[in-house]
Amino acid sequence: MTRQSPSKTDFDPAVARSIIAEHVAEPGGLLAALNALQARFGYVDGELIAPLADAFNLSRAEVHGVISFYHDFRDRPPGRHVVRICQAEACQAMGSRGLTAHAKEVLGLDFGETNAGEGLTLEPVYCLGNCAAAPAVMIGETVHGRVDATRLDMLVAACRKGVRA
Amino acid sequence: MSTAVRVFIPRETTALSLGADEVAGAIMREAEARGSAVDIVRNGSRGAAWLEPLVEVETPDGRIAYGPVTTGEVPALFDAGFLAGGAHALRQGAADAIPWLAGQTRLTFARAGVTDPLSLADYEAHGGLAGLRTALEMAPAAIVAAVTESGLRGRGGAAFPTGIKWKTVLETEAARKYVVCNADEGDSGTFADRMLIECDPWLLIEGMVIAGLAVGAEEGVVFLRSEYPLARMIFTEALGRAREAGLLGADVLGSGRAFDIRLCLGAGAYICGEETSMLESLEGKRGEVRAKPPLPAVSGLFGCPSVINNVLTLAAVPFILAEGAEAYRDHGSGRSRGTTAFQLAGNIRRGGLYEAPFGLSLRTLVEEIGGGTASGRPLKAVQVGGPLGAYIPAAKLDIPLDYEAFAEAGAMLGHGGIVVFDDSADMGAQARYAMEFCAHESCGKCTPCRIGAVRGMEVLDRLRAGAEPEKNWRLLEDLLEVMEEGSLCAMGGLTPQPVKSVMTHFAGELRAK
Repeated sequence: MTRQSPSKTDFDPAVARSIIAEHVAEPGGLLAALNALQARFGYVDGELIAPLADAFNLSRAEVHGVISFYHDFRDRPPGRHVVRICQAEACQAMGSRGLTAHAKEVLGLDFGETNAGEGLTLEPVYCLGNCAAAPAVMIGETVHGRVDATRLDMLVAACRKGVRA
Repeated sequence: MSTAVRVFIPRETTALSLGADEVAGAIMREAEARGSAVDIVRNGSRGAAWLEPLVEVETPDGRIAYGPVTTGEVPALFDAGFLAGGAHALRQGAADAIPWLAGQTRLTFARAGVTDPLSLADYEAHGGLAGLRTALEMAPAAIVAAVTESGLRGRGGAAFPTGIKWKTVLETEAARKYVVCNADEGDSGTFADRMLIECDPWLLIEGMVIAGLAVGAEEGVVFLRSEYPLARMIFTEALGRAREAGLLGADVLGSGRAFDIRLCLGAGAYICGEETSMLESLEGKRGEVRAKPPLPAVSGLFGCPSVINNVLTLAAVPFILAEGAEAYRDHGSGRSRGTTAFQLAGNIRRGGLYEAPFGLSLRTLVEEIGGGTASGRPLKAVQVGGPLGAYIPAAKLDIPLDYEAFAEAGAMLGHGGIVVFDDSADMGAQARYAMEFCAHESCGKCTPCRIGAVRGMEVLDRLRAGAEPEKNWRLLEDLLEVMEEGSLCAMGGLTPQPVKSVMTHFAGELRAK
């Protein structure tokens, strides 16, 4: 559960095709295939739209339509550490707006941006189900509760050092 | 050598987010250094988020709780003899007797935090599978009748009578039917589905098998949101163990009846909590809502009759079968029967999961049980029922928590999320956020929602900037009516609720300052 988002510099079309093949027979398998691709590479490479369309007997427009519908799917590799700050009401009530502004400033990133050198990506998220310990931040797959600016700085520093936050 | 003392440390998202793993590590190291034998059990959480990480020690006097424990306190806990239940500032006494927990009526969350979530043996030892065993002896129509008589209504938010839904699926002839569990818990302020899956996954499995027996379905699907990685891990593990134990598969508990469950993951779209959008998503498509009819009970997943229920609805079923419809129905108020899991969130002193019969007043829950705001500042508003729920001002909290009373007050109970705001909240910003969220999450299928949300943000921005206040106020009212009346589903149809509540109770905050 403390898994980092995998390192995404290793996109490999052959591996991607085998992941797609695993889900072709599944009913409604396109979403599962996309989730598996993103879990493996951190994003869904545009190059995969054609093979996905072929595999699921859809048009490329339909595949693109599915990918672009869901907020999770990225079209480019994220950094090694994806920092997601909850933007929803329970976290707002505990200062997530200020925390978000602080994060954007210390990371020098807006939402959806990546600092490739530091390996950090900043993203919004709408509820982590940690609403009784707000504000909540997720780094990789680890959720942190009651995060204030000081705690966020420590978490970011740990990411920068390459240590598990 | 003395036998190892059992120490319970939750492995549940909120406890972990507050350092439960680190505390477990510190206790292990300290025990080793001191030569004390401990046997650490990773239980679920009892839901008292304000006491997490809540560490419990098994003693001859029962399980003694300490919380909230930090790694820094661990040596002092050992010094105080906590392994024998010794006195310490963090000692909360017997876990069962902590007033915040003892005051609850735990029917659904009876085992949460008590058992090891991955142990089926533990589940059975604490009353698990009794409902399924009863159901296996009953005719499908009798199971449906029991659920109907219990008065159970959908816990996802729509509060539709569960028995009626099941009856429709049972009576619809088809070669294939599905039981679909909606675990796309996207409402801010809610975490009960997550907690149930993380702390007592067997209960959901048992409820789904019973639903399958009741309606004649052999396939179950759980649609879980991607933001819950620990729930995914625990449920995946539980499904594997359930198959090994013969609870799932071709021959459920040796009955000759088949049922299995598949776990499917969402991909970050709030709208997929709407049932028809969820079906589209499960079919691998864009999560655009479907027009109804046909009802999913007649034509649902892949066109087959489908029971679609929230996690908590399905999890309430085993109790009903085990203890009888009346035992469930005896709790509650008016037409809202049984218990529900209230989730105290946001700016609240004692937040967490509070299971209680319907009928408790919102004020009691927020002020007495929840202890008011976490910040200590005056309470300003409470949003109940997620992002589509109304903001209720501090002066109006005397509403009994049941579906009808809330509807009368122009609010909704929804999935039971209760988010508290103190007086620093800018209600104009909250109204704007409601539109912003709708614009972000609208599936785009119908115009009132897709365009209305964007226009709503713009009108609110103009209002808050002081531009033509009367004209823009009327425009906003008109827009809200169009969204309410013209949207295909609850997303566009209910987004006006929080906005209207701000217009009614906090009108001054929608004007330029």
